Amino acid sequence: MEKRKKPQIGAGSMADIAFLLLIFFLVTTTIQTDTGLNVLLPAWSDEPITSTPKNKRNVLTVQINSNNQLMVEELPADVRNLKATTKHFLLHEADSPKKAVVSLQNDNGTSYDMYIAVYNELKAAYRQIWDDEALKDYGQHYDDLRKESKQKIRKKFPLVISEADPSDFALN
Amino acid sequence: MSKFKKKGSKNAPGITTASLPDIVFMLLFFFMVVTKMRDSEIMVKIQVPNATELQKLEKKSLVTHIYIGAPNAKYAKTMGTAPRIQLNDQFADASQIPIFIANEKQKVPQEKLRNKMTCAMRIDKKVKMGIVTDVKTELRKIDFRKVSYLATDLGES
Repeated sequence: MEKRKKPQIGAGSMADIAFLLLIFFLVTTTIQTDTGLNVLLPAWSDEPITSTPKNKRNVLTVQINSNNQLMVEELPADVRNLKATTKHFLLHEADSPKKAVVSLQNDNGTSYDMYIAVYNELKAAYRQIWDDEALKDYGQHYDDLRKESKQKIRKKFPLVISEADPSDFALN
Repeated sequence: MSKFKKKGSKNAPGITTASLPDIVFMLLFFFMVVTKMRDSEIMVKIQVPNATELQKLEKKSLVTHIYIGAPNAKYAKTMGTAPRIQLNDQFADASQIPIFIANEKQKVPQEKLRNKMTCAMRIDKKVKMGIVTDVKTELRKIDFRKVSYLATDLGES
């Protein structure tokens, strides 16, 4: 008896469907940007922050007003110079990098964009200092170091950005 | 000998493609399991600012999201055009953040990991700092201090 050849379902189009679904998932799950500026918020204390008796020399005052204008140490400044200014402060002006504090104050009317730009420059200044120190001490870039070495460098140059309560000068 | 006729195929047998979709489905399931799609629709318009000092969010399971921006067209009629806070899938006020965070912490089964949670803040770049400061203050009050301001790196402007 002639065996009837069973018709075979072509599997070629199944692969196409599967590829389409795969590409769909690849695309939809990568739309979100999930990189950001990591920040450790200062601790909350119910008492209002009294002006610290710290030496003014150890504090770099950075202020942004509601017109997004930047002021460093009571003088107008440009965001592009902020990184160099911060580095200079940390390395040369403060008594020691361990005591150096950056005090950031913004206004309630400042735009978030500007706040992030300023914070970014401050972080970039610290990262450059950490990187230079890593090259000096370990001969490697900061990002390539082990966790313990990174912690040692961060102890030498602690990133302390204290945020004052925002001023409220703009009439919204 | 004639009973066992050897079927001589003239053409070389082609490679069967029947297993190809299986491989692709395996890859697909892998992606479906490993990556997580947004479980709530973002109801506000957000364009994140630009920054260079960016780090990836570490463990996605320990990340809670807060969105701040102007409501998008669908919700602008009911919610207005001023920037609003969105927690999960609802508009909310800064005062509701402590409850929201407590709920999110409950979703993490291990107690120790709860202190390692971070809050990813996806904020539109045109938002004024007033509303952001409110959110930050609420987070500081409940000692939830690990925060990441989401941003993109478009290179030097």
